[in-house]
Amino acid sequence: MKTNLEFLADIHNPETSNIPYSTLNLGPTHPATHGIFQNVLKMDGEKIISGEQTIGYIHRAFEKIAERRPLYQITPLTDRLNYCSAPINNTGWYLTTEKLLGLKVPKRVDYMRVMVMELARIADHIICNSILGVDTGALTGFTYVYQYREKIYEIYEEICGARLTTFMGRIGGFERDFSPKVFALTKQLLIDFPPVWREFESLLSRNRIFMDRTINTGAISVDRALNYGFTGPNLRATGIDYDIRTAEPYCSYEDFKFDVPVGTTGDTYDRFVVRNEEIWQSLSIIEQAMKKIEEMGPGVYHADNDHYYLPPKQEVYKNMEALIYHFKIVMGEIDAPVGEVYQAVEGANGELGYYLISDGGRSPYRLHFRRPCFIYYQAYPEMVQGQYLSDAIVVMSSLNVIAGELDA
Amino acid sequence: MEGITNHEIQEFLQNNLGESILSVEESFGMLAVEVHINHIYKVVSYLYKDETMKFQFLTDLCGVHYPDSTNRELGVVYHLQSMTLNRRLKLKVFVPVEKPEVPTITGIYGSANWMERETFDFFGIRFLGHPNLKRILNMDEMVDFPMRKEFPLEDPTRDDKADFQFGR
Repeated sequence: MKTNLEFLADIHNPETSNIPYSTLNLGPTHPATHGIFQNVLKMDGEKIISGEQTIGYIHRAFEKIAERRPLYQITPLTDRLNYCSAPINNTGWYLTTEKLLGLKVPKRVDYMRVMVMELARIADHIICNSILGVDTGALTGFTYVYQYREKIYEIYEEICGARLTTFMGRIGGFERDFSPKVFALTKQLLIDFPPVWREFESLLSRNRIFMDRTINTGAISVDRALNYGFTGPNLRATGIDYDIRTAEPYCSYEDFKFDVPVGTTGDTYDRFVVRNEEIWQSLSIIEQAMKKIEEMGPGVYHADNDHYYLPPKQEVYKNMEALIYHFKIVMGEIDAPVGEVYQAVEGANGELGYYLISDGGRSPYRLHFRRPCFIYYQAYPEMVQGQYLSDAIVVMSSLNVIAGELDA
Repeated sequence: MEGITNHEIQEFLQNNLGESILSVEESFGMLAVEVHINHIYKVVSYLYKDETMKFQFLTDLCGVHYPDSTNRELGVVYHLQSMTLNRRLKLKVFVPVEKPEVPTITGIYGSANWMERETFDFFGIRFLGHPNLKRILNMDEMVDFPMRKEFPLEDPTRDDKADFQFGR
């Protein structure tokens, strides 16, 4: 009799072994995946051998719809990309149109936009990091910090009347000046939120259980991250200090002083820590922005532009020209100039880009959204390969993949 | 960050890849270079490897459809980026709608995988050599390519939103 050494070798080699693997269908609706994501995983016991994502469950054909809409009517489509930080998407779209139209926006508007964008970034990071806590078994932190997302939504409400899908601002500025209540609410947030966030950090960042669950799970090297097109906090967690706010400043970000935090290993823990630090940087940016806005005094909140900015309502009743422009803007009857624009903003989860081709009509000839999580989510099977199923859940929530943006 | 100007990129392209470049134009601060369809892989990998260019990041890849330009109806637009030199570049290729075949660049950038699948899904551009070219956002049973201009956005029998109703 002969000992079958080849068979023994096969047992330890998962690729050639004939031990049957089980297939696990995770999603599309599953309480542990925050959104509609389906992953078909090939499992060896509790370990993941390989996986494949199925996406497109909430695809809404925004790029096609945008080809029939005038510029203003595209803003609500952008709201629904990364709906956790809609004001960043809105502002990115307005920056794209302003670039095409050649509009010069006043400094004060830039600072107002910076203020709302950083509030949105904080709201987005609060969701991502506190849900990471939930997925590792700590619900308390989530319920505790989540009320500050609510406070930020109250500020949105005071600025534009909406909370989640904001439609904030207009081409060239804002529809109205920030009221004193906006500044009062923001100041209160800057006082109340830091101690709470510090407490949340101390709950998790040196917590043995949390560290065991997150360190070395879902790690990705710098080279692989760049190859997979990572941007935003996920790329910075691998150690690259690339941030569009500093590399190609828009909205006068060059006037602000802030650090770009980076990680080293690109694992789940580093992503968590980078987002935490970004929240502190955003708080500092908001403080600087408020100071700058208040120094300038009230009054200037939009660029002068008859073709895209609605005239004051009193004028519409008295002045024929204002009435005509009002009608043309509301009906979207104004032709945009011919050109091709690419504008990128630092979204909460990466580089959000708008590629707009205008043929001189009222609506874009082609509009393409560069959605950060669509691009980096393809790395997910590689990141969870060889890890436990419970780690896969944590890795996905640390990547901050937002279904609305993924599927557009 | 140290940057290089568009003019320098243009000179570099004309000196090193002159035979592959069909036209160069600049719009809103970004160079758009039209590349010969057979040379796109060569150009992209050259720009990736070259020490002075370092276009090692694929920002975006998308399709575009111009039904009226004969024999070059479908286009693919590549947004390349060099993070170290802080510079962006746009490459374009055009193919006829009867034979929409473009070589894949997944061998250079892993991120091109899904972006090319998306372009195939919406425009029907076949990326030759792609490891897994199938639909990604639309359902597999679909036969049309919905981002092509002839694909109607709404019910084609309706004319209540047609341009003439609005005096356009």
